[in-house]
Amino acid sequence: MKNENLYNYILGIADNSLILGQRLGELCGHGPNLETDIACTNISLDLFGQVRSYFQYAGKIAGDGRTEDDIAMLRKERDYKNVLLVEQPNTNFAHTIGRQFLFDAYHLAFLKELQKSSDLTLSAIANKCVKEVSYHERFSSDWVRRLGDGTDESHEKIQEAINDLWIYTDELFHQTDADKAMVSEGIGVDVTALKEAYYAYVKEVLEEATLKVPETKYFQKGGKQGVHTEHLGYILAELQYMQRAYPNMEW
Amino acid sequence: MTTTEQNIDSKLIPILEEVSDPEIPVLSIMDMGVVRSAVIVDGKVKVEITPTYSGCPAMDVIGDDIKKALKDAGYESEVYLILHPAWTTDWITPRGRKALEDYGIAAPLNAEADKSVLLEGKRLVKCTNCGSRNTRLVSQFGSTACKAQFQCEDCHEPFDYFKCLK
Repeated sequence: MKNENLYNYILGIADNSLILGQRLGELCGHGPNLETDIACTNISLDLFGQVRSYFQYAGKIAGDGRTEDDIAMLRKERDYKNVLLVEQPNTNFAHTIGRQFLFDAYHLAFLKELQKSSDLTLSAIANKCVKEVSYHERFSSDWVRRLGDGTDESHEKIQEAINDLWIYTDELFHQTDADKAMVSEGIGVDVTALKEAYYAYVKEVLEEATLKVPETKYFQKGGKQGVHTEHLGYILAELQYMQRAYPNMEW
Repeated sequence: MTTTEQNIDSKLIPILEEVSDPEIPVLSIMDMGVVRSAVIVDGKVKVEITPTYSGCPAMDVIGDDIKKALKDAGYESEVYLILHPAWTTDWITPRGRKALEDYGIAAPLNAEADKSVLLEGKRLVKCTNCGSRNTRLVSQFGSTACKAQFQCEDCHEPFDYFKCLK
């Protein structure tokens, strides 16, 4: 493929939204109450919509006739480039919100930079997504505050979620080879430059929520290289089922 | 620089005004501001539409409905989805805003007021039933991606608010 770095770069961005969207979709009809159920599935829908734009573009870059659905449904686990954070299970509402907030804070900062990309398609997608993700981040940061500053039980649960998920945050700022190539061409975002502001902002919200910032120095990584936690296989089994069982089926 | 101007052939306007948003049937796609261009090239119509929200499932239906409406009027057409410039609620026409209100959906406030309503719980959104501004946010997300849920504290009517997108 001529533009392999660009192709891989797009997948690296889109896979985060695809897998998180799938996770949130699991809550359809299972949210803790109607409003949060609808909110989580609305966010899921936004993410899937964003994924479509990215994958349509990636299909064009690949230039071999592969479609957005092929890219979404027909890759093997090792070919998914999402960060480990987004594949973590919903567990309970605090975990779902904790994961969402830790991702949204990154996602919003990332998209604001991607708006400046020299690649006009990517900057157009970012212009669109940044508006939607601002709403996601409002929702998740608001809930982190409400749970943290809520009852003893909600405080304990969101603190536990943040502690559990914290080890997956550092990976957001790791550069892949495709990242480096795209940054040097003015297309990609230098994620390493987002790290300091990210942790400063997350800390601010956690403190407002009366939560402790975890002190762990050990972080997990591997998702960007396709080395995933045990959870991704189960997600893909559900995501890909129809296309695997009935190849090329269409709605 | 890209332009935010629409480029629509005046012959096509009445046809496109007949196509409505499948999720908000009182609103035509023209009043919604999603049609960015519609031109006749060699007897064939080329239409560009832009999504309100990326994941809006109505976009595919809107594309099909446009093709059907144009075909009924004797035109073959192609519909393209464009992302730039990104849609904003500012593109909803005054007639569209009125149609929303009449239908029971509060029209979007300006960006600043929207923020204070959704984040700080300010009471600025007007109830679509009784007109009171004594309304409270129930949830930032509503029945579709573009709406939030509100309730009037005076007449107790629950209603949707079309979120500001800028």
